[in-house]
Amino acid sequence: MSQWVIKGLRAGIKTTAYPARAESAAGVSPGLPMAGDFPAGEIAALMACCPTGVFSERDGRIIVDHRLCVHCFRCVRGVNRPVGWQQTYEWGMVRDGQHEFGQPFRRSIHIIVVDAGDCGACLNEVKQLNNPYYNMHRLGFFITPSPRHADVLLVVGTVTDHMRNALRKVYDAMPTPKRVVAVGACALSGGVYAESFVCSKGVTAVLPVDVEVPGHPPPPLAILHGLLVAVGRKPASLMAPASSGMETSAPSG
Amino acid sequence: MNGAELKTEVEQRWPGQAQWRLDSADAMCEVTCARAALAELCGRLFLEWNFSFAGLIVEEHPEQWQLRYCFYGEREAGWVHVVTKAPLAERTFPSIVKFVHAADWHEREAEDLFGLKFEGHPQLGDFILHDDAWQENVEPMRRTFDPHAAMQHRKPDADWRPRRIVQEPGAFVMPIGPKYSGITESVHFLLETVGEDVIRSTPRLFYKWRAIEKLAEGKTVDQVLLLAERFAATTAFAHGLGFCQAVETICGATLPARARILRVFLGELERLRQHAGAIQEICESTALVVANSQAGILEEDLLRISCELTGHRYLFGLLAPGGLLCDLPSDSCARALEQSQQALKELNSLERALHVSSSFLDRLEEVGFVALRNANVYGLLGPVARASGFSRDLRRAQPYSGYETFNFEVPSEQEGDGYARLRVLFAEARQSVGIMEQAVAALQNGGVREPMRLRAGAALGWVEAPRGGAFHWVRLDDNGRITRYRIVPPSYANWHGFHLAVEKFAFQDFPIMLSTFDLSVAENDR
Repeated sequence: MSQWVIKGLRAGIKTTAYPARAESAAGVSPGLPMAGDFPAGEIAALMACCPTGVFSERDGRIIVDHRLCVHCFRCVRGVNRPVGWQQTYEWGMVRDGQHEFGQPFRRSIHIIVVDAGDCGACLNEVKQLNNPYYNMHRLGFFITPSPRHADVLLVVGTVTDHMRNALRKVYDAMPTPKRVVAVGACALSGGVYAESFVCSKGVTAVLPVDVEVPGHPPPPLAILHGLLVAVGRKPASLMAPASSGMETSAPSG
Repeated sequence: MNGAELKTEVEQRWPGQAQWRLDSADAMCEVTCARAALAELCGRLFLEWNFSFAGLIVEEHPEQWQLRYCFYGEREAGWVHVVTKAPLAERTFPSIVKFVHAADWHEREAEDLFGLKFEGHPQLGDFILHDDAWQENVEPMRRTFDPHAAMQHRKPDADWRPRRIVQEPGAFVMPIGPKYSGITESVHFLLETVGEDVIRSTPRLFYKWRAIEKLAEGKTVDQVLLLAERFAATTAFAHGLGFCQAVETICGATLPARARILRVFLGELERLRQHAGAIQEICESTALVVANSQAGILEEDLLRISCELTGHRYLFGLLAPGGLLCDLPSDSCARALEQSQQALKELNSLERALHVSSSFLDRLEEVGFVALRNANVYGLLGPVARASGFSRDLRRAQPYSGYETFNFEVPSEQEGDGYARLRVLFAEARQSVGIMEQAVAALQNGGVREPMRLRAGAALGWVEAPRGGAFHWVRLDDNGRITRYRIVPPSYANWHGFHLAVEKFAFQDFPIMLSTFDLSVAENDR
């Protein structure tokens, strides 16, 4: 058994310095398309190439609704004029600016994860949070299988008809105060499936959502950021387009 | 046995009952046979002539039903499609499950979604559409059904009870899921027990049924490619490839050499990453903490390698019918290969350490045993089947994307237990890196996408996904839109056979059996 001790020591410390410092390793995030100025003649082509309608135009600038992005890369690889791309990962957005985040969630929290119709990728990225690179325990985040112990409900996947009741039951069984974090394009907008006779347009159709993490799937650091936003330890991202009716909260200390 | 021999054999046995269409270029033979001969013909292909069952494809044409049973053999044997037709008013077909047990779930699915009846099938009903939530006579795959009507919320029937198999005094059912444990996919298990040991386990699936096949109808090829890539994203590239190959076969496209080789490279990178993930799950299920961390590091490393090379951690947005959406520079591929070789070194060292950890081996050896005979009868696929001594691999049996030009072995083990499955995963990871090396060496300059013209037709695309053979049937109409898309993912077959591994076991071994089967719910549920 001593071999495992040696093996563990030899591997050294792999854990990211985030959230204290930014993570700069390659391949930690697939990035997202960027809003901004765009040549007027090319805007129509850009909007047409996107299968989920991420882009819209206002005053000659393009506006991006990241909640709809399914990472098909058609706006980079399928058009003459590619859209700008941001290699960021702090994507957690606050759905409703009225929320008072903070007090009850300041210290360690327990998270229950519900797969409500996920393709496997978001769930796999959530799973990565437990591996040494991200090690969310160090931040006081713990996964719990029981809704009775949970402070935060993390939902992945478009909500399928068969999962509606299970999801609702989990939410109802959680003690208050509680937060809901919706992770991934499918949970935010229904992704490529909605709206159909078995898929709803995301979690908001069933539950009130507090924090949204876009991406398809969002990388582990983005999910981590979403959790930090939910507990008021990081300011929400300012990515949300004003046109979507979403408010972005002021940074909360 | 090749197509011509088969023809002679069948004409002797069922004179005048079958019509043939032999396509020697594609090693494909299509037999249209009367319903009376259907079950026995399929049975002989499967049980005597050593063909594997790929899937049942039901198509509703304007005038008639067409049921297509797909079989494939080793290399020269090629493909045999057994087709039977009936007018739409006729909805009863003979069941083939008494000969081809692998078709069990296929018939249940067709009954559930199309409303077909299969005479002689032992258990129809409650399958994809859960009986406690759906009314009778909803047939979502029929042409007349509109999938975009808003979701009809159904109230679950509180009195509904699942079918019980164990009939012994004191027997009871322990329900687990759909939400259970930490970070798990949604699936429901009915564990039937009479005390300490579980006697029978019945997975109840399709909580995550997104009706991909229905959504695809009427969409363009590019739109359906998005669905094909995304319905089971841990093996996104393999499924996207299966779909693209079906479309390319319909349109008679020839791919640029560079695109073919890059597809092989990316497919193997995905396999390597997925196997590292599967190994991590096995280490986690046995609670071997350091090994779990080490394997987790490797999985994340490989995700980062994938992202650095392609821009996406799960290889989205690369495939296009006729090639690839974008080229990957050769030196980036070489760099990704170098990093993968490094990851493999670590993986090998992990295997050596696991190999001498007795507490770990105790939990895997003789756990979740599947006999070769059962693996065959259930048509198990991928590493699970190969760990029971069934070494069929589509890359070797029916090569695609130029796999015939690569040197590699198909690892297999005989024991059929959890440890054998783990060893197969490690061995396949080594082969994958070997194939990636050959791919990088073979890369030549050139285009990666051939413009192609869509035309009407139908074809099957197949690919050896990390979890086993995946089959994609596509039919296009004159406008290049999809009229039928059928996915038969490997987890579908392996979930069907999963109960074999968990007969008469102790409760605490359940997570281990589950992890060594490397099952994906998303892939199965579609």
